[in-house]
Amino acid sequence: MSQVDLYGEELTLAYEQRVVARQLGVRIPPNSFTVLVGPNACGKSTLLRALAGLLRPTAGAVYLDGQVITRYPAKQVARRLGLLPQTAVVPDGITVADLVARGRYPHQRLLRQWSAEDEAAVSAAMAATRVTELADRVVDELSGGQRQRVWLAMVLAQQTNLLLLDEPTTFLDIAHQVEVLDLCADLHEHGDRTLVAVLHDLNQAARYATHLIVMSDGAVVAEGEPAEVLTAELVSKVFGLDCQIIPDPQTGTPMVVPAARRRSDRRFEFPPVIGPDGVGRRTVASRTPARG
Amino acid sequence: MSPDVRLPGLVLRTRSDRLSVRMHTRSAVVVAALVVLCAAIAVMTLGAGDYPIPAVDVVRTLLGAGTPVTDFIVLELRLPRLVTALAVGVALGASGAVFQSVTRNPLGSPDIIGFTTGASTGALLAIIAIGAGLPGQAAGAMIGGLLSATVVYLLARRGGVHSYRLVIVGIGVQALLTSTNTYLLVRSNINDAQRAALWLAGSLNARGWGHAALAAIAVALLLPAVLLLGPRNRMLELGDDLARALGVAVEPARLGLIAAGVGLAAGAAAAAGPIAFVALAAPQLARRLTRATGPGVLPAAAMGALLLVASDLIGQHALPDMQVPVGLVTSCLGGGYLVWLLARRQARAGRRRAWRPGRRTGAAA
Repeated sequence: MSQVDLYGEELTLAYEQRVVARQLGVRIPPNSFTVLVGPNACGKSTLLRALAGLLRPTAGAVYLDGQVITRYPAKQVARRLGLLPQTAVVPDGITVADLVARGRYPHQRLLRQWSAEDEAAVSAAMAATRVTELADRVVDELSGGQRQRVWLAMVLAQQTNLLLLDEPTTFLDIAHQVEVLDLCADLHEHGDRTLVAVLHDLNQAARYATHLIVMSDGAVVAEGEPAEVLTAELVSKVFGLDCQIIPDPQTGTPMVVPAARRRSDRRFEFPPVIGPDGVGRRTVASRTPARG
Repeated sequence: MSPDVRLPGLVLRTRSDRLSVRMHTRSAVVVAALVVLCAAIAVMTLGAGDYPIPAVDVVRTLLGAGTPVTDFIVLELRLPRLVTALAVGVALGASGAVFQSVTRNPLGSPDIIGFTTGASTGALLAIIAIGAGLPGQAAGAMIGGLLSATVVYLLARRGGVHSYRLVIVGIGVQALLTSTNTYLLVRSNINDAQRAALWLAGSLNARGWGHAALAAIAVALLLPAVLLLGPRNRMLELGDDLARALGVAVEPARLGLIAAGVGLAAGAAAAAGPIAFVALAAPQLARRLTRATGPGVLPAAAMGALLLVASDLIGQHALPDMQVPVGLVTSCLGGGYLVWLLARRQARAGRRRAWRPGRRTGAAA
């Protein structure tokens, strides 16, 4: 499989009248695990949608292998580039195998509905994401971490060199976040793939990314290796957060430690309820009376 | 090598792997069973009436070996009505499946985009303004339905049609059309009002080959179109962004599906008036049987045909000396069954909810 070249030039991105970004230029280094970070509403997801060819830029263009992405037939793009959007919907009552199999759509035709190749790709994708044992389970009944692995299997079954993931760790507890990111790192290391992910957690971004793109207000403010990019000044400028950067004791990558509050006389009106997914945090929280 | 994952369903493949077909085994069995049931009821319907004909003679007549008397009664008098019922049932079932899938809403049906109300307005105008007979009513219904569906689609369209906007605009347009219909009825004279009320009930009385042809042509043209769009439709279930990322041209696919769904409903309404509940209930009933992921078009179509022929048999012969319009029977049957189904599911869900917190607290402790 040859590497895919993806970049955007002088992009103006807008939803109807609202302009999200102007004159944006970005290039995804081949073979990288690129992570996009930035404050809420800075245009990360919008940029990802544009890079996937879902959002037509008002000006400028996204190029895939040297040609404007929106000029390709949609199925041809889908054979080179896979996207996992945040808005993906689990069809009612679908089984894991069936959902993963839908990733084969760009390779199928009217009378080529389920080839041996499709079967092999689905099996391999499910093995790589360790969801083979879940094949016959109904997706609705899985835990958040399992479900995210199933979605990744679906995108993998598409067999593209380039994977774009929009916030793959949102709504997962910390253990499942690490599990999903470890899986992404595995996919990046073994298999000649380029990954692009939008993440929220700066420390995770610094740990896993080989290339970090920091966005603010619709513009790229810094990019490069996490160790060079992630500085206290940058975090203060982009997120408005005072912090200290120390080396991650596990990996040596930069770790953001927010500055302590000086003093607080605000008591918790509601005690925070924490714990892993599925232990009943919401149930407990909804039944706990307000304090004070 | 990773272990092979077997998908539910039957796969047929050429040795070269060039061509392959996959189908949901259970759905295929359900469709076959529904078709057999339909055929049985069809034979009963053709035999029943003031001049009863045994099933064997009905079949013989259909195969072209009947007597002049059975030929006349079965082929001339009873068959057009039966074919109309079958075609209308297929059209409504398929149309309902399309709309439930496009709107991602189990309560979706052509009614949702104001189709049926618009068809009624068209037919009422034909009856009251022009004093049209059955052909005029059919034309009025078709034009009214297509027009209102187009208006709803265009109003709901703004950089792509979202299903919820379609539903909301549909409700608004429906409210306008409903008041128009009421106004037309109130202003009409008593004879016209009675004819209008009969049309509004949805009936198969006095349906000839012309009506059968309307519905059958709609089915023959549009059912294959819906089936061809099937794979794209299944992708749309994953959400617009993901469908697009997997290579589906979302807007054309959705427009094609809606157009075909509306066309099917138009054929049905022109032939038999607004028949309630079949489009809504058939896909859901079929899905309970197939246990497939989405509302399958073919199972829903077969279920629609069964519902309609069975309802018409009941409507014609359940009450002595009185024919009940088929639309009333489908309302009673379909509505009743749906309520029972939902009530049963609610009860089960309630039990599950009551039991769950205990288990979870146990796990946390």
